Amino acid sequence: MATTVAKRLPRPLSLGMWAAVVVFGTFALAAVAFNRGESISAMWFIVAAICIYALGYRFYSAFLAAKVFALDSTRATPAERFSDGRDFVPTNRWIVFGHHFAAIAGPGPLIGPTLAAQFGYLPGTLWILIGATLGGCVQDFVSLFCSIRRDGRSLGQMARDELGVIGGAAALIGVMAIMIILIAVLGLVVVNAMRHSPWATSTVAATIPIALMIGLFMRHVRPGRVLEGTAIGVVLLLLAVFGGGWVDKHETLRAWFDYDGPSLALMIIVYGFAAAVLPVWLLLAPRDYLSTFMKIGTIVALAVAIIILNPQVKMPALTQFVDGTGPIFAGKVFPFVFITIACGAISGFHSLIASGTTPKLLANERDARFIGYGAMAVESFVAIMAMVAACVLDPGVYFAINSPAGVVGAQAADAVAMINSWHYPVTVEQMQVLAREMGEATLFARTGGAPSLAVGMASIFSNAFGDTLLAVWYHFAIMFEALFILTTVDAGTRVARFMLQDILGNLVPAMGRTSWYPSVLICSGFVVAGWGYFLYIGTIDPLGGINSLWPLFGISNQMLAAIALCVATTVLVKSRRARFVWVTALPLVWLVAVTSTAAWQKLFSADPGLGFLSHADGLAAKLASGALTGAAADQTPRLIFNDRLDAALTAFFLITVWVLVVETSRVCFASMSGKRCPPLAETPHVPSRLVEDWVRD
Amino acid sequence: MCQADSWKIGSVTDALRHVWAMIRELTGDDAYERYLAHWHTHHASERATPLDRAAFCREEQRRKWEGVRRCC
Repeated sequence: MATTVAKRLPRPLSLGMWAAVVVFGTFALAAVAFNRGESISAMWFIVAAICIYALGYRFYSAFLAAKVFALDSTRATPAERFSDGRDFVPTNRWIVFGHHFAAIAGPGPLIGPTLAAQFGYLPGTLWILIGATLGGCVQDFVSLFCSIRRDGRSLGQMARDELGVIGGAAALIGVMAIMIILIAVLGLVVVNAMRHSPWATSTVAATIPIALMIGLFMRHVRPGRVLEGTAIGVVLLLLAVFGGGWVDKHETLRAWFDYDGPSLALMIIVYGFAAAVLPVWLLLAPRDYLSTFMKIGTIVALAVAIIILNPQVKMPALTQFVDGTGPIFAGKVFPFVFITIACGAISGFHSLIASGTTPKLLANERDARFIGYGAMAVESFVAIMAMVAACVLDPGVYFAINSPAGVVGAQAADAVAMINSWHYPVTVEQMQVLAREMGEATLFARTGGAPSLAVGMASIFSNAFGDTLLAVWYHFAIMFEALFILTTVDAGTRVARFMLQDILGNLVPAMGRTSWYPSVLICSGFVVAGWGYFLYIGTIDPLGGINSLWPLFGISNQMLAAIALCVATTVLVKSRRARFVWVTALPLVWLVAVTSTAAWQKLFSADPGLGFLSHADGLAAKLASGALTGAAADQTPRLIFNDRLDAALTAFFLITVWVLVVETSRVCFASMSGKRCPPLAETPHVPSRLVEDWVRD
Repeated sequence: MCQADSWKIGSVTDALRHVWAMIRELTGDDAYERYLAHWHTHHASERATPLDRAAFCREEQRRKWEGVRRCC
């Protein structure tokens, strides 16, 4: 402990430094919030974000660690008590941080902010900063804390222990539903990036044989040599980006990789099924190594490029679309900015990781603060960078790329006229030049966020690291996004399959055996059919699918966050920390308000762009009046059915959240008034023997 | 396991070696070496031989992919 004191700054110096962070952060945030000029330097975003995360980490997370959770470094963690060299391994905290961050950082924080930029940069930026420091980081931290105190149990098990059977069931079904929607929407993002783009399609296709080769290499040639395999794979991936450019210029070859949305959707469905039933070592594990490496490398490169280049953010702080008339997705800024940006502000999915592998690795309970709160702050910073990358585009270009043809018109001239009528200047020639520079046939209506993020990243990268390779940078960005989206598709399908096998195993014991091949095939088939359906419908939907699926994904992800916060709130009340219950209860109340409002509007809004049911009724009326002909008339019944299915799912999410809130309140009141309720499942204190030999900082 | 905490910058090579060790541990490149070390301290008395490298890697991969590993 003596070393600890020696390392710290003298108190006045430390106070002065933090005062400077407060002043600097406030100034930067004010510059971001009150700028109404033509453009604003991206540096203000970076400075404001870093100062806010630093303050949140230094003060709020310290308060949570010391007062609310009372983290105790003398208490043995599950890693120490069950140390088996396999699942439970006391591990250096930087290593755990790395594993945890790699697990939580997916494509979500890149896509959400890109879409939410339709409201202007300000609502999304504020929500990312405030939502993360007071909500998302707290959720990850508290989930990790609860799990460490319960032998590293999962969220589902904790919900059952603390809330009872209903809470447990809600958590399980919630996770399944979010998986299905998540995979469908991510699949749609990849499809939209590859639609009629031989370069993107061939590069993404090449990642599959590359992953297979690396899988074979790490299995049979050099077992377990992860770094060697990954290094070879990364070189091959970069070659694939250049190779795609060559394919694109080749008359015959380019036709082999030129597909429309529905065909690409079917290919992804077939691929997803194959990936789920193939052995892990052959495809999933090597792909995961490659995508983690690319992801972290690209994120670091983007941060460096933004800092070197300091690009100008051209999007206004607020657009007229805060009133709910936006082209990318319908709905007013409240509640939809909070639904659209889930990952990066608060993401329920993280609670599964924080109650999965991470709690089994912590050597010291006090590390939960650095890993739980800290890793989420970094993820949130990734979301801020995505916001910057989306907003450095001219707003006219941003809307031209992201608006679906069903809203602005399928012809370039119509789309440009519509976007100009919103007072965002853009011309057909400008979009043609941009598409040619990026090596694409067109960039109109490339919804889903990936293409516009790739254009933003390509322009940032090419300015920072050399101007000549714009098309290569664009396809590099597409490859990087597709790579880890497909990893999420594979891994998510597998997890959903395990859950389905677990559920079916209760009815037919043989189905529960995860290695029994008929069960593997049947359950994988069900899961793939589930997300495949939403993906396929998304590609034939004239509004582009992202329009309806992304809000559904946001609602389901926030619902999962609400489940995690319900469990945490119950734990705080039961462990006699009720005076601090606001720490989890305030984010919980906010999430319930947001998801309920959003779900209600998606269900019952009379605006057909927003409400699923009114959209279905509108289509049905059109169909009945005979206004639709040909392919449109054939597809309409499917779209109507899909709207009603989306509505049913939304209603289901809404009901689940409220059942859980009622259960949580019931258990909390029972605990406070001394009535019967499930007891606190915390494991008793066992003194740690690691602290004696360890000098903690 | 916890070299980082008692680590002092002796020289540039030490620092680089340390970073390399961190990268290897982070990626799981040294998983087999760590398994052998664990086996020799905890299980050397129980069984005749530890798993060989290929068998260990197979087992490790199966174990690693049983739960939720990746997020949105």
